Amino acid sequence: LAANKAARGNDFQWCFSQVKGAIDEDVAEADIISTVEFNYSGELLATGDKGGRVVIFQHEQESKNRPQLRGEYNVYSTFQSHEPEFDYLKSLEIEEKINKIRWLPQQNSAHFLLSTNDKTIKLWKISERDKRAEGYNLKDEEGRLRDPFRISSLRVPVLMPMDLMVEASPRRIFANAHTYHINSISVNSDHETYLSADDLRINLWHLEITDRSFNIVDIKPANMEELTEVITAAECHPHQCNVFVYSSSKGTIRLCDMRAAALCDRHSKFFEEPEDPSSRSFFSEIISSISDVKFSHSGRYMMTRDYLSVKVWDLNMENRPVETYQVHEYLRSKLCSLYENDCIFDKFECCWNGSDSAIMTGSYNNFFRMFDRNTRRDITLEASRESSKPRATLKPRKVSTGGKRKKDEISVDSLDFNKKILHTAWHPKENVIAVAATNNLYIFQDKIN
Amino acid sequence: MAGADGDDSLYPIAVLIDELRNEDVQLRLNSIKKLSTIALALGVERTRTELLPFLTDTIYDEDEVLLALAEQLGNFTMLVGGPEYVHCLLPPLESLATVEETVVRDKAVESLRKISQEHSPVDLEVHFEPLVKRLASGDWFTSRTSACGLFSVCYPRVSSTVKAEIRQHFRTLCSDDTPMVRRAAASKLGEFAKVLELDYVKSDIISLFTALASDEQDSVRLLAVEACVSIATLLPQEDLETLVMPTLRQAAEDKSWRVRYMVADKFSELQKAVGPEITKNDLVPAFQNLLKDCEAEVRAAAANKVKEFCENLPEDSREQIIMTHILPCVKELVSDTNQHVKSALASVIMGLSTILGKDNTVEHLLPLFLAQLKDECPEVRLNIISNLDCVNEVIGIRQLSQSLLPAIVELAEDAKWRVRLAIIEYMPLLAGQLGVEFFDEKLNTLCMAWLIDHVYAIREAATCNLMKLVEKFGAEWAQNTIVPKVLGMANDPNYLHRMTTLFCINALSEACGQDITTKQMLPVVLKMSNDQVANVRFNVAKSLQKIGPVLDSNALQSEVKPVLEKLATDTDMDVKYFAQEAISGKLVFPPPAAETSLYVRFYRSGKPDDHAVFLSSSTVLSLALHNVLWCWGGYGWDCIIVGLEWGGPVFPSNLVFFFPPLVQYFFLK
Repeated sequence: LAANKAARGNDFQWCFSQVKGAIDEDVAEADIISTVEFNYSGELLATGDKGGRVVIFQHEQESKNRPQLRGEYNVYSTFQSHEPEFDYLKSLEIEEKINKIRWLPQQNSAHFLLSTNDKTIKLWKISERDKRAEGYNLKDEEGRLRDPFRISSLRVPVLMPMDLMVEASPRRIFANAHTYHINSISVNSDHETYLSADDLRINLWHLEITDRSFNIVDIKPANMEELTEVITAAECHPHQCNVFVYSSSKGTIRLCDMRAAALCDRHSKFFEEPEDPSSRSFFSEIISSISDVKFSHSGRYMMTRDYLSVKVWDLNMENRPVETYQVHEYLRSKLCSLYENDCIFDKFECCWNGSDSAIMTGSYNNFFRMFDRNTRRDITLEASRESSKPRATLKPRKVSTGGKRKKDEISVDSLDFNKKILHTAWHPKENVIAVAATNNLYIFQDKIN
Repeated sequence: MAGADGDDSLYPIAVLIDELRNEDVQLRLNSIKKLSTIALALGVERTRTELLPFLTDTIYDEDEVLLALAEQLGNFTMLVGGPEYVHCLLPPLESLATVEETVVRDKAVESLRKISQEHSPVDLEVHFEPLVKRLASGDWFTSRTSACGLFSVCYPRVSSTVKAEIRQHFRTLCSDDTPMVRRAAASKLGEFAKVLELDYVKSDIISLFTALASDEQDSVRLLAVEACVSIATLLPQEDLETLVMPTLRQAAEDKSWRVRYMVADKFSELQKAVGPEITKNDLVPAFQNLLKDCEAEVRAAAANKVKEFCENLPEDSREQIIMTHILPCVKELVSDTNQHVKSALASVIMGLSTILGKDNTVEHLLPLFLAQLKDECPEVRLNIISNLDCVNEVIGIRQLSQSLLPAIVELAEDAKWRVRLAIIEYMPLLAGQLGVEFFDEKLNTLCMAWLIDHVYAIREAATCNLMKLVEKFGAEWAQNTIVPKVLGMANDPNYLHRMTTLFCINALSEACGQDITTKQMLPVVLKMSNDQVANVRFNVAKSLQKIGPVLDSNALQSEVKPVLEKLATDTDMDVKYFAQEAISGKLVFPPPAAETSLYVRFYRSGKPDDHAVFLSSSTVLSLALHNVLWCWGGYGWDCIIVGLEWGGPVFPSNLVFFFPPLVQYFFLK
């Protein structure tokens, strides 16, 4: 139902729900959020940051006192996933920054997720404990030791209820398989394998085996001087366990079928949009690089994000995308300065809503964009402290593109390029979104009228 | 129980119980492993009412503790009061059967299967079967996967109504939403089919089998291939064609190479299960296709089965099938582009000669052997050489010897030391088949050359090889051909070669016997006790200890003892140590080092090679020091860098540990 509403576009408005993180202007580098991910049910929301921490929020049940608010997300567990390391052989520092988090389908009462930094992937178990053993033989209730000669009977410990404790424990560490920086991890629909991609290679792992992985794609040229493209993202198909895609810095996407051969060096589909010669410039190649690729939940489409646009591809049509949405076309004239301040290399991610009818991606100035695929309507919203009053409706933002600036519009020149929204996530079933703005996590939801 | 009169007999048990929840995993593990002791002390009553409820809720623990617990509970029947009460063990095992860790779950299922046999038929229906149902309809797929392994143990022992329910549950799990559960069901399909009545096999199992074999996930489909073997053995021959073959044919041509690989891998079993007629009509063409598959992994798996498949063909048409259908494919594989395929074939191809007989071997197979002997990949050549005995029986090795020799020589001088090592290991076999004359003429020089190889592992293998040759050709042969050369090396300017003499003597003394050892070898060893290199001297001490039992006691007293006593006063610490050890006649390890990890970088011929080395108190560290050219590092360093002058393997066991490392563990590629 909620999904249907989203499909009808502006039938509802987004309103503020929560903001997490410090308010200070002074942002600590370690606090910058580097990934956001809902689990399969949407009950849990995980974020990773540059300090190697993972914070998991849990959806609280709706409270009876405030029926207008559909429960909030509160901290469930926080743990240090990765520590800074030093590679002594290559004299390289390995950052603790969490590049990606992926949840595993739930298999028992515990929750599992994979988190990765540049080199090492870890499988974490998040479980609850609400019982504690009591009663010792060798000490009494106050912890005083008993005389061993006076033990006249044996006591078996009994379990007593206690306050709920959430534990995060590392279950597997998948290390030493990537020479370059890991940019993606993706769990396969067979529930037993996952893939990890770095700049030049993609490996396939079994979730229970840490000492070996299979290299399924290797685009490293024999001579590194001949290197012309790198892998920028990779993802498994949501239903077909044999299919995965990976995108490249050249703006192309390759779809591979693992059934065909053990080594997927030859793709089975190649998605590429012919370049428009009229718009060719020095920056063409840089801005066409794909920063994220995501399959739709249905598995029929995939979405790619490049610097200026989001494209939706039908898996059955390789020569052009079925939909193209401009994210911030007004920046096309600014590419030169964006190149100079390195912003042009920013890696924006993108996400689908639960019913694949809408998509969301980020921009600068803490703006994020949503596109309704049915009505083709788009909207720009802002994640800011100013509108963060409970239940406050988010006002659409407009950027003036030359000419006269209307009221309520913001000029391209006054956009803050330090405030960028790279990571967003959409609840798999409801209209709840999580938007990472530097060190703050904003949660918005649709307003029920 | 004891304890009332104030003694401390309960103390050890009390400690064990308290340590069930010690913070140290190792202590918890120890306690769990002595769970039977605890249960015995508590008595059956308290074990049932107190210990088991506690254990049921202890599933938070580390995997290794849970694994130990799951295993213990499988042997707990007597400790809870015998078969009458065995159902008390079900709750803890049920909770263990739902944990996410596969090894723990599998162990819990194994224990459940075990104790199911101890249930009376009534208890099985009252307690055990409800548990299976609960697991089978659990919310989480961990419990449903565990259920799959339990159907077959309770099915034969329950009433027909319950049987019908069990079949229904199994059907449900075969079409579960999660691939994990379908895989578990597929892997137990064969086992479940075995306990079912034939009618139900035909009505139920076949439809499940067909469904799983065309599952959307190839990880499920490939498991159906395994089930195919057991199902085919259960069905009468006349039903196979309609019930099994359509699915099998489909699997052999599956779009996914993993499924085809599975078919190739299980080919011999499938062949036996479906019988000779279907083999002739269906499996032969299927096998041909697998041998020509586009995926190298599949071709390699099929190539591995060539011999077994041919052997098991029905005798009346065997030769004809091989000659017209299989051999053409094999010929193509000889020049395959993938070396794994070629080496898989090379490991079995020689076996065809016994099946085809002398004439066919000479005419058709020999050219293939010769081609493979000249293959660019050393593994292919090695695999041919390692199976020479098959050909020898049929056509005699002489047919091959002309091509064999260059192949052996080339392998013997291969740049990769592992290849050289492999060919050395086949030397005794080759020597036996080629005969002493051929050996003396062509191969003896090779065997001696290995003794001065620059890789220690090769020199070591070469000494061992000499010993085996002597065992084969006898002491007299040794005295004439080997011993003079070995002893000659004692005067070599390179101390490593001088040590090789000692190592050879260690290896050969027993095979050569007392006479040669005392008269020829001993004088050389004794003379070397004056060597200027300490490493040689302490190896003299070790050699004397080694050959002591072979020597006559006169020589031992009059010649060996004085030398050892002199060495025991040597200026070098190691020499002294080993001399004293030889005198005392028992082997003692060097003073133990603390348990620690060490990161060592070796340079061999300028190339770095890194090893994380775990040194424990029992690691013997002695041999590689002899080859150390330089060493860089020391106290306070987090690594040592060692230059070695050879290219052999480095194992913790041939390292010398010469300063206390102050190091943490290093992760190394």
